[in-house]
This record gives sequence, structure tokens and C-alpha cells, in this order.
Amino acid sequence: MTEKPIVLRDALIEQICIEMGVNDKIVFLSADFGSPRLDKLREDFPERFINVGIAEQNLINIAAGFSLEGFIVYAYAIAPFITMRAYEQIRNNLSLLSHTRDLNVNLIGVGAGLSYDVSGPTHHCLEDLIVMRTLPNIKLFSPSDWITTKKIFEYSLVNNSPKYLRLDGKGLKNIYESPETISIEDGFKEILTGIDICLVSTGYMTHTALDAAKSIGGVGVIDMFGIKPFNERLLLETLSKYSAVITLEEGFINKGGLDSLILNLIEGKRDKISYFTNRGIKDEYVFDIGNRQYLHEINNIDVEGVKNTIIKLRTCSDNLI
Amino acid sequence: MLLKLSEKALWVRKATLNIHRIAKETRIASSLSVVEILVVLYYGKLLSFDPKDTKWEKRDRFIISKGHGSISLYPILSDLGFFGSEQLDRVCMKGALLGGIPDPLIPGYETINGSLGHGLGVGCGVSLGLKLKSSREFVFVLLGDGELFEGAVWEAVMFAGQHKLSNLILILDNNKVCMLDYCKNIIDLESIAEKFRVFKWQVIEVDGHDIGQVSEGIKSLRESKIDKPKLLLANTIKGKGVPSLETDPLSHIRILSSDEVDTAIAGLS
Repeated sequence: MTEKPIVLRDALIEQICIEMGVNDKIVFLSADFGSPRLDKLREDFPERFINVGIAEQNLINIAAGFSLEGFIVYAYAIAPFITMRAYEQIRNNLSLLSHTRDLNVNLIGVGAGLSYDVSGPTHHCLEDLIVMRTLPNIKLFSPSDWITTKKIFEYSLVNNSPKYLRLDGKGLKNIYESPETISIEDGFKEILTGIDICLVSTGYMTHTALDAAKSIGGVGVIDMFGIKPFNERLLLETLSKYSAVITLEEGFINKGGLDSLILNLIEGKRDKISYFTNRGIKDEYVFDIGNRQYLHEINNIDVEGVKNTIIKLRTCSDNLI
Repeated sequence: MLLKLSEKALWVRKATLNIHRIAKETRIASSLSVVEILVVLYYGKLLSFDPKDTKWEKRDRFIISKGHGSISLYPILSDLGFFGSEQLDRVCMKGALLGGIPDPLIPGYETINGSLGHGLGVGCGVSLGLKLKSSREFVFVLLGDGELFEGAVWEAVMFAGQHKLSNLILILDNNKVCMLDYCKNIIDLESIAEKFRVFKWQVIEVDGHDIGQVSEGIKSLRESKIDKPKLLLANTIKGKGVPSLETDPLSHIRILSSDEVDTAIAGLS
């Protein structure tokens, strides 16, 4: 396990660049969004790197067109812009059209949750998982480290559906030790086994969940890197070992995101899983200025906030340890 | 040849009116302005296609952007063997193949349409994809002039000019009428030709109901050596062939009764 944070977009672009050297079916489209690692890709593959300009709608349409001609497309932009500026293009030309056509379009959205902290609410991305979840035929991934991201990238080369990859804007330390322990088909991994309470998290929040769980003890952690699809039966079976579930997400809660996904899943198992609560951003945009840690503190989703939630839950319930 | 195409156009117009007779949800006026364009493309040997192999690599890609205005393509596709003629009697009926707005489940339709302003951007991606594969096929996109109000169309117009998409032929059905009014009363976009030229397009302007002009225009754009995307600016009349529609700024939402369809067909004859 490496201690050094890895900027997922940089590592991914480097990997795509390597693959482009052996696979001439790959094209990389950007909506005028860069990365230090993009320079080499642009230089090495000028014909297959296309900057469409600040035009996310066209980015999606161009991507759909390329994929109709059999190309593997990576379309790259800031997460809130690629998902919400171009939502109807995604709906019509990827989600709807892929009902009858193979469309290997991989949307890479950078800036999950509050990772663009001081850039303010237009650059925060708190709605993407919610709005993208509603679209049939599109697979959603929200990795928490580079090992998972690389595994998803390998999958993207062989799976011909549209996909949305939600990447953090900041560097993240690796959580997983090797890609062999990750199953894309399962879409999740119980990365820490607990006794009574299970934290279900995605992306950056999996790091928070691990820190909180390890410092308290008896708390399990499930990393949901595959928001759609995932192995529902296996996840339910895994969650059923616990009597309490807490979801953690860097996104709006009570609107159809990770919390709703889990709540819908455990609906019929509430006799076993008696407690459920969700932590994330309530129904209000974050205008406060400060770094991510500060924004998490004031929204009660930092490590201390999560620990307090766990402690309070245990205090209030006789059934928990 | 021209006479034969004129006869086909007459037949398509009648068949389209007959579809509207049974499927009132169809946009008849919008579908009548593109009849000659579709006839020239499909019967004038200006579009490569194979009804038995709709994924044929060597086909020209024809992307319909003004979806609900392309009901007149139904009889053509049926006539050419993309699907059986019995489907024309079942448009919009329970379990039918053909709906009020075409979808990509219908053999012969490349993409989804219905929401406006999407086709040109997708066409640009297909066009650049074909160029990257060194394929020689053309991409045709059929756009309504009302779609020019969508910002995404101009993103694509600029992109096509910048990337010199010379294998892209946009046919603009310039029928000058939106849903609620004449386009010029909403936002006057004249001169459309000048706007496209400024964005580095080759433009040919024709009477979109003159089969000779449409045919020569498309032929000339196909053979053009100019390294630019191409626009066939086809000046048309919304509801062409039906006098009550031709002069009505609300023709887009007009529904003809069976008697009116009879009268319209008789008028065509």
C-alpha cells in the first residue's frame, strides 16, 4: 500500500496514453480541460486527441459519433459540466441510443464532490451520481484509489456501453493492494470487516470511513466503486451481517444518491438491519470558503463527525456494541 | 430521371398524407417540406445504402436531426425494402414499428432524434471518425432551420469548419416556420448562408422543391474538392403541396381531418 497520494486523472491519462500506442481505436476528447499528463498524449497522438473547446454538449455528441464508427472514446471535462451541462446529450445520444447500438464512450468527470473546494458551488459536484443514476444503459464508477481506477480503465477497453467515471480532483492514497482483489462485476468491496455497524461509502469518503472505522473498532467499511451496476444479492448478503448501516457520500443526501441506493436495497431486510442513517450534504449548496477539510467539518462529514455519528448510534441503541 | 423522381415525390407526398390520416400525432407540415430532398437522396443515386445490411461499412451515414419532420421517409424506406409496406398502415398503433417520431429501432435510422439540435454534433463525430479510418463515405445530416436556435448546433457548426469536415454534407430544410411562428419573427437568422461561410463552410443554396436543383446541388457538393464541410441550403415551404398549410404560420401543429387529407391528395393529383 503506497502512502503517496496519486492524482487519479493524471495516472489515468498516462495509462490511456500508453494504451493509445498499441490501440489505434482509442480517441481522447477534451472540453478544453487539461492535466500535466495530457501534454504528452496531445503531442504523441495529435490526430486522436481532439479539443472540442469549451463546448460540453458538442463533446458528448462528437463522442457518440466517434463511437458509432467503432472507436473507444474517452471524453474528459470537469465533473459538474460534463454531466449537467450536457445532460440531454448524454440522455439522448448515449443512454437512449445505446439501447440499440454499441457505444463505448467513457465520460471522465474530474472534481467529485467538494474536491474543487475553494472554486465554489459551480465547481462542486454534489448531484452527478443522482442524475446519472437515473439513466438506463450507463455504467457509473466512483473509485477511491488508483488501483480501482486502473481496473475500471481495463474494463473500459472491453465493455461497449457508455460509462461515467467520477474522479476526485485531488490526490488519493491507494486503499487496495492489488487489482486482483477487485471485482468490477460486484461493484463493491468490504474493505474492513466489522461487527455491528457498517459504513458504506464511495470515492474520497471511503478514506474518511476507513479512518473513522479504524479508530473506533468493530465498524466495517464497504467501498462502493461501482454505483451502477453492482451485485445486489452479494451486497445485501454482506450488509445483512450488520445491524446498522451508515452511508457516507460527498454529495446531496435524500435525493437518490448512494443513500437511496442502499436504502432501497435493504428495504426488505430491516428486521436484521434495524438502523440506517445517511451522511452527506443536506439540501443546500456550499458557499462557505475554505479547504475540503473545513467544508467537511462544517457539514459533519469529516472523520470526527463520522466518529461522533457512530458513537451516538451505539449510545442510543442497546443492540449495538 | 427527373421525371421519374418527380413521380416518386408525388407518391411520397400522398403516402405521407395517408400516414397522417391514420396517425394524427405525426407532424405533417414539417414532413412535407423535405420530400424532394429525401427522394433525390434515396432514388437519385446520391446516397449509398443497402436495405438488407443497414450496418454496411460502405454506406453513407444519413443522420436525421429533425426527427418528427421525417415521417415522409417511412414510405421511402418501406418501398426500398428496409421494412414491409404493411408497417405503413400501422404507424403509431399498438406494438407498431413506426411511431410519431422515428427511433433507431427502425431499420435505416442511424441515430435517435426527436429532441432538436443533436444531429449535426453527432454527425461531426461520425465524420471525423470516418476520416480517421480513411473511409470515403459521406455523412449527410438533415436539419430543420428552427434547430438553428439551439446553441449546440453552433458548437457543431464551428467544430466542423475548424476540422475541415469535407465529408460532411448538411442539408438544411429552410422552411422558415417554427412551431408557433415564422422563424424570422422569433430570431431572424438571415443570412444563414453568410453565417455558415464565416464559419468556414462551403454553401450551395437551392430551391428545395426543385428536384433538378437539389440533385445538382448534392452532386456538386459530393464532388467538391474544397476542403470544407458542405451546406446545401434548401429553401423549402412548410406543408408543401397542401395550400392550407403552406400559408399558415402554425402549420407545424395543424392536424388534418380525413376529409382534408382527401382534398389535399386530390389537389396533388
